[in-house]
Parts: sequence; structure tokens; C-alpha cells
Amino acid sequence: MTARRFPTPLPRLLHPAAWWVWAVGLAVAASRTTNPLLLALIVAVAAWVVVERREIGATNPLVPFLLIGLFAIGLRVVMVALLGGGVTGRVVLFRLPEVPLPAWTSGVRLGGAVTLEGLLAAVYEGMRLAAILACLGAANALASPRRLLRYVPATLYEVGTAVVVALTFAPQMVEDAARVRAARRLRGHSGRGMRELGRLAVPVLVGSLERSLSLAASMESRGYGRVVRRTATSTRLSGMLTVAGLLGVVVGLYGLLDATSPVLLGVPMLVAGVLSAAGALAVGARRDPRTRYRRDPWGAPEWLVSLTGLVPAAAMSLGTAFSWPGIVPQQVPAALPPVPLGIVASIAVAALAGVLSPVPPLLARSREAVA
Amino acid sequence: MIEFDAVGVSYVGDDASAEAGSSTTVFSDATFRIPEGELVLVVGPTGSGKSTLLRCINGLVPHFSGGTLHGVVTVAGRDTRTHRPRDLADLVGFVVQDPMSSFVTDTVEEEIAYGMEALGVDATAMRRRVEETLDLLGLADVRGRPLRDLSGGQQQRVAIGAVLAAGPRILVLDEPTSALDPVAAEDVLATLNRLVHDLGVTVVVAEHRLERVIHHADHVILIRDGEVSGLLDPAEAMVSSPIYPPIIGLGRALRWSPLPLSIRDARRRAGEVRDTLAALPPSPALAAGTGGDAVAAVEGLSVRRGSTVALRSVSLAVCRGEVVAVMGRNGAGKSTLLSGLVGQVRPTRGTVRLGTLDPVGAEPADIVRRAGMVPQDPSLILYAESVADECAAADRDFGLRAGTTASVLAHIVPGLDPAQHPRDLSEGQRVSLALAVILASEPAVVLLDEPTRGLDYAAKRRLVELLRSLASRGHAVVLATHDVELAAEVATRVVVLAEGEVVADGGAAAVLAGSPAFAPQVSKILHPLHFLTVDQVVAATGAAS
Repeated sequence: MTARRFPTPLPRLLHPAAWWVWAVGLAVAASRTTNPLLLALIVAVAAWVVVERREIGATNPLVPFLLIGLFAIGLRVVMVALLGGGVTGRVVLFRLPEVPLPAWTSGVRLGGAVTLEGLLAAVYEGMRLAAILACLGAANALASPRRLLRYVPATLYEVGTAVVVALTFAPQMVEDAARVRAARRLRGHSGRGMRELGRLAVPVLVGSLERSLSLAASMESRGYGRVVRRTATSTRLSGMLTVAGLLGVVVGLYGLLDATSPVLLGVPMLVAGVLSAAGALAVGARRDPRTRYRRDPWGAPEWLVSLTGLVPAAAMSLGTAFSWPGIVPQQVPAALPPVPLGIVASIAVAALAGVLSPVPPLLARSREAVA
Repeated sequence: MIEFDAVGVSYVGDDASAEAGSSTTVFSDATFRIPEGELVLVVGPTGSGKSTLLRCINGLVPHFSGGTLHGVVTVAGRDTRTHRPRDLADLVGFVVQDPMSSFVTDTVEEEIAYGMEALGVDATAMRRRVEETLDLLGLADVRGRPLRDLSGGQQQRVAIGAVLAAGPRILVLDEPTSALDPVAAEDVLATLNRLVHDLGVTVVVAEHRLERVIHHADHVILIRDGEVSGLLDPAEAMVSSPIYPPIIGLGRALRWSPLPLSIRDARRRAGEVRDTLAALPPSPALAAGTGGDAVAAVEGLSVRRGSTVALRSVSLAVCRGEVVAVMGRNGAGKSTLLSGLVGQVRPTRGTVRLGTLDPVGAEPADIVRRAGMVPQDPSLILYAESVADECAAADRDFGLRAGTTASVLAHIVPGLDPAQHPRDLSEGQRVSLALAVILASEPAVVLLDEPTRGLDYAAKRRLVELLRSLASRGHAVVLATHDVELAAEVATRVVVLAEGEVVADGGAAAVLAGSPAFAPQVSKILHPLHFLTVDQVVAATGAAS
């Protein structure tokens, strides 16, 4: 019955923007809390959705992002133990030999007492960063930024192309360097050491320069930048709107993610930025004759996935605004943080994305083969 | 369709020329008219301006490359002086020599759609045309694959498809098959032929390996010493062309008129010759290696790269005086075998020996005394600012007496300007310079990876002579090549690799003559007789008359 009323979507790739909205929503939620249980839950949700909906053959940057997160936690703990943090706790775990510093360095110390509260605070802060990284890793795994680049607004088309070309060039340069180094060995050199590195640079640079020229010739003869019917005024207007919009979005996101900045820098700035960017898009696109091949559709699953990502962000922001208990757990004295059920439920909503989104085609095929 | 009216191209003198401000003329006074639906072949020696001529057609010369264009080039009524290449993109598709360097996106489908996106083809029509193009070029099963993972032939077909999808009436290709193995090349050329015959597309091709294309051509344009001929009949053009494939060489030697261009025509003409030759006593085979101890050997060599097995238990021993041609399709493991011999890849299993030295983990300086390799792109081992510096650097690198490399170079190509920058040399001269650098320390084994890429027949002939003299002086030569004609000329032994395994290993005549893909033209014409080159036939018939 239910299956008929809510048919599961046919296997296809979800619009990359939907995944990014979802992941950024989760990241915003993570940035608002230091409750380790909630953060662990967010990472678990991100990881589960990646396991459920990552296309076969896509790279999985989630693991390296998680490793960087662990490293961030460790680094933070070590720094706090060595230099002391903002939290002065009562339960002293052990004492490191302290280096006396002059009086003007008040607040900074080297060595000394290491407290349980201080360490826990460091772990929580580290976990917050790790959770945000995990969300970004999940977005990368679910929809590669390269796919997202296809949706840059027409006004930013040139920038988008440049980024795509750069993404292709970087691995080619690495390959070139390996080849030049191998050739260096043919001349009887080991290809190691600083002087050798200098020797390698010239052929690699010359090679990539030649390739750039040949790519430019190819793009030119395939009609790149051919019929830009934009007038000077509209170009200038859309350019200004784009820059203003991007600035707005960046500042707005910063305001949202940094809980200490004034409220005005948050949502209102973001909305203004998005509106301005949309204006630029409209002005630029109106006169842009280029067409795009095979755009991913934006349908019900895209709306649902984006919404499920935004729910925890909204809940967490509300919670911060009204200082709900459990979002920022108390740290002195150390206590088991409470579990706010409402927030947990909102994070669980984000996990629904792993069910509501369509299964990627290759993954669907392999699952059928297994079944 | 394409009209050249008294067209010439010249560049204002660069710093290399004696007086500043003087100009170098690439070619001048080219006048011809290419009608619609023709396949026209541009023929000329290396550096004669073939690429420049092709680039005039879509306006890359002078809009992109600079230089001065004299005269008028009109393409379907559009003057290239007032139309930039991008304005001609819907009319002329341009395919460059190295497809990988022309790709803008990273998957097959997106690359094919790219040109249409730039031209603003509407989304539905674009979708349909991408599908049609995928089918037309036989790329449907690789549509989602990253371009870097494709084979050379597939990449070349994607490059053709990418310009073709935009619906041009003219296709211009600069050496489309020079990097391809014979089978992949045949694939690409068959595709071109189909475009001309089924869709009436006008195709202009420049190609060094005439043996692959001449029989497809409707007309030929000859470029020599800055002079451009009009549209010539291929058979007539070949009578006087400075560069010609073996089939024409055979025809000229036997004074056939008109010259046959395809193997089929030549076989029909060759009945009499075949009878004469069959009656002769068998000619002595090319001197095989002197035998004795192997100077380079691999034993049960396997190399794994990620999930693919590049080489699978290959055993091979190369003796002094041998010239071994390693053949096989793109990606069969030829280059891996060569790199393995100089210790650049670590064997997964098996052993490599250069005389008594194990190159794996050996000091590069020890390896180069025993085995020297010229890589596929010879400029990779050239670093200096001038030819003279390069030679001096090589003397230092190998600890030789000053001037050794220079004298080796003088022996290979006399009269190379020592002040020239290695990058300004022609392809053939650059190969020679790289060879001189490698040969200076007199390694027992000389390895060459695709040495004839971009070489015309004259440069190839010099290379063949050089390799023969090396072999006669006791060096062992190993070359990885797609060029069956080169293998036929110079190899004493041919090793064919497929999927990393040795599938054939034997005398050149036996291996090459028996294979449909790797048989040289002369062998195809005179089958079942075991003749591989024009010289052999001439020697035999000369003795007969």
C-alpha cells in the first residue's frame, strides 16, 4: 500500500546541489553545538547516507576527511595540554613541568596543570570541527564538486571552465613530473635532491605551457566564447551583482557558522547575498546563448533531501537562540552531557535523505545483482 | 567549399634569424578550391608547413598563432580575415594531433556535448546529437568513462566526435593516426571514410604515414619548399612526391603507370613480378644477431600496475647485433617492457639483467653505461638551451671526454647548427640529438620508444641507416613501434605483445609477413612470397634482369 502511494524514485543521480544543501545544513547544525553525543550522531548520519547513496566508482573523500578530523581533535588536545585553554577546571589529572613566562603573556602558559575539564572542552571543540569536516566529506562523496561546477551560473561560466581545466591539469602535471624524472634517470641522474628538482621544473613547466596553448586553440576552434550577445552595461551590472551576491553569501555563511558574530551578519546577509546572486544570474543568463547538456532535473527528491538537511540546521539555530539545554553542555564541573530529544529527532530527519533520495544507477544495478 | 586565393603565411623573424625584422615565409601563393564532400590529403616533408596550411582553414592562422596571412581564404563564403576560429566553429571542425591535449572536459559524453554547448544548440537537439555521435563513432559503450582511461584510438575518435557533433561541414585533421597502432588507425580512417561517403563531409587530412591514407584520398595537395600545389590526382601526385609510401616506391621501382594506390590494385599489377620472384632462389635473410651471450635479458618478468597486469611472465634475451622490434596494440605493454629493461619499473615477479647488472635498484649512472633509452618524447631528455650546451652536458653526465657527444651527433646528422635551441629543431633532428646523447656513452643496448612518430620518410630512412650501422658495430637495438614499415626495414627479429604476453617472437620476415595487421605493404602485395621492403625486391629483380 504505502509503496504504491509513495513510489520510490527511479534510480538516477540526485542533483549535486541538493546534496550540497543537505550537507551544508548538517554542517551548520554541527557548528552550533559542542555536545559530543549530538556531534557523533551527525557524523554517523553523514556516514550512513554516504554508505547508502554513494555511486559506485565515485571517489570517497569521507575517509580522508574523517582522518583529518581525528587529527584536528588530537592536535587540539595536545595544544590545550601544553598551552592551557580557556577553561580552568578543578580536577587536575597531571602536571607538566611549567616554563615560567614573563607577566605580559598573561593567559598563556607553557606546561603546568592539565585538568579534566580543559581536556574535555578541547575534545568537544575538536569534535565540532571534525563533524563539520565529515559533512563536507560526505558532500564530496555524494556529489563531486566537479559535477556541481556544471551548475555555476552563466555569468560565472568562464570561471567555472577555468576551474574544470585546472582540475584536469593538476593530475597531468604530476604525471608529467614523473615522466620527466624518469627521463632524468636515463641521463644517469638519480632525479633526487634540490638541484635535480630545479632541473625538472623547466621541462614540466614548458610542457604544461604547450598543453595550455593547444587547449586554448582547441577551445577557440570549438566556438568557446563565440556569441556573447551581452551589452557592456548588462555585463557590468551582472558582474557587480555577482560579486555583491558572493560576498553576501560568504559573509552570511560566516555569520551563520560563527555563533559569536552579530545576528545581522547571519541569515539576513545570506538572504541578501542569495537574492543578489540570483539577480546576477538572471541578468547574465538572459543574454547568454549557451545551452547546457543533460542538466539533472530538480524534482521532489531534491526538495526533500535539501529540506531534511535544513531541518537540523533550523532546529539547532532555534536551540541556540533560545538557549535550550544540552546544545552547549556545561563544562565546569565535567558532567555527562544531556541528550536533548528534540534536537536528536531533527538530526534523525537528516538521515531520511538516505531513504528519500533515488539510488544511483550503478549502485542500484549492483544491488539488484546481489539480491 | 574551401577556397585559397594566392594565400601565403609568413612570420616576422624570430631571435634565431640573423637580422631582426626579416620574415620567414612558411609557404606562399597557395591557390586551390576544395569542392564539397572531398577527402583531401596534404602531403609534405616534416616542417614544410602542413599544419600551418590546415590552421589557415579555420582561421587559427593568423587569429590565434599570429604571423601574416597574405591572400584570401574563404570557407563556405566566410572570409577567415573577418571571421575568427570561433565564428567558424559551426562550419569547420579541427582535430589536433594529440587528442588528450584538446579535451576540455573529463568524460566522453560531456566532451562531445561541449562544442554544442558553446554554440548554443538547444538541449533536446543536443541530447539527440550526442546519442547519434556516440553511435556513429562506436563510442556508446564508453560514454560515461573518463577520457584519460581510454585507449589512443578511442581518444582520437572522441576528439573527432567532439567536433563532429557540432555539425560542421568540414573536418580538418592534423596527423590523426600518428600515435595509433595499425588497427586503431584503420578504425579512425574507416570512420573518416564513412563520414565522407555517407554524410558528404569535406575532410582535409595531413598525415605522415601515407601508406595508411593514400588510398582513401580523392585529391592530394603537395607542399614542398614553401610551394603549394593545386589539387592533384593522388596517383599523379605520387609520381613526383618527395615522400611516398612503400607501395608507391615499389610502383616507381617497377615503373608501373599509373601508380597503384591500394593493395588490391597493386596485387593485380604484381602478378608477373610475383612469378619472376618466385622463380628466384630464396634471398639471404637479413643478417641475424651474432648470437652469443645476451646483453639484455628478462626472465619471467611480470609487472602489475594497480589492477592491470602490464606484463605477464615475459622472457626475452637480446644479443649483440640484433635489432628487435617490439610491436603490439596501444597498451599491450611495449613501453613497460622497455622501461623494465632500464630499471624504471619494479618487476612484480621475474628478473631483469643487463649483462651481469640487475637494473632494479641500481644507480642510474651504472645503468646508462649498459642500456640507453630514447623515450617516446625525445625532448624529455633534452634540457639545455642550445645543441652545443646539450652535447657538453651529456659529456659531463656520462663522464666522457669533451666533444664526444658532438662528434657522435655530427656523424648522425651533419651540419646541425650548434646554437639552435633543442625545441626549435625539427622532430627528426630532435630524435637524432637525443640519440646522440644516449649513444655517446656507447651502451651495449639502445632502446627506442616510438622513434618514428612525426618523422617523414626521408628522416626515417636516415634513422634506419643509423640503426643498421649501430647493429653492425655490435650494439643491440630494441625498438617499440607501431610502424610496420620501420620494423620491416630494420628489424632482425620481431616480438609481438598482446595483453602483456608475448604472442609471437621470431625472424622479422616470418612474424610480419604472416600477420594481417602487421604485414608491411610490400609483403601484402607479394604474399605469399617473403619480401618485406622495396629494397629487397629491387635487389632481387635487379639480380634477375
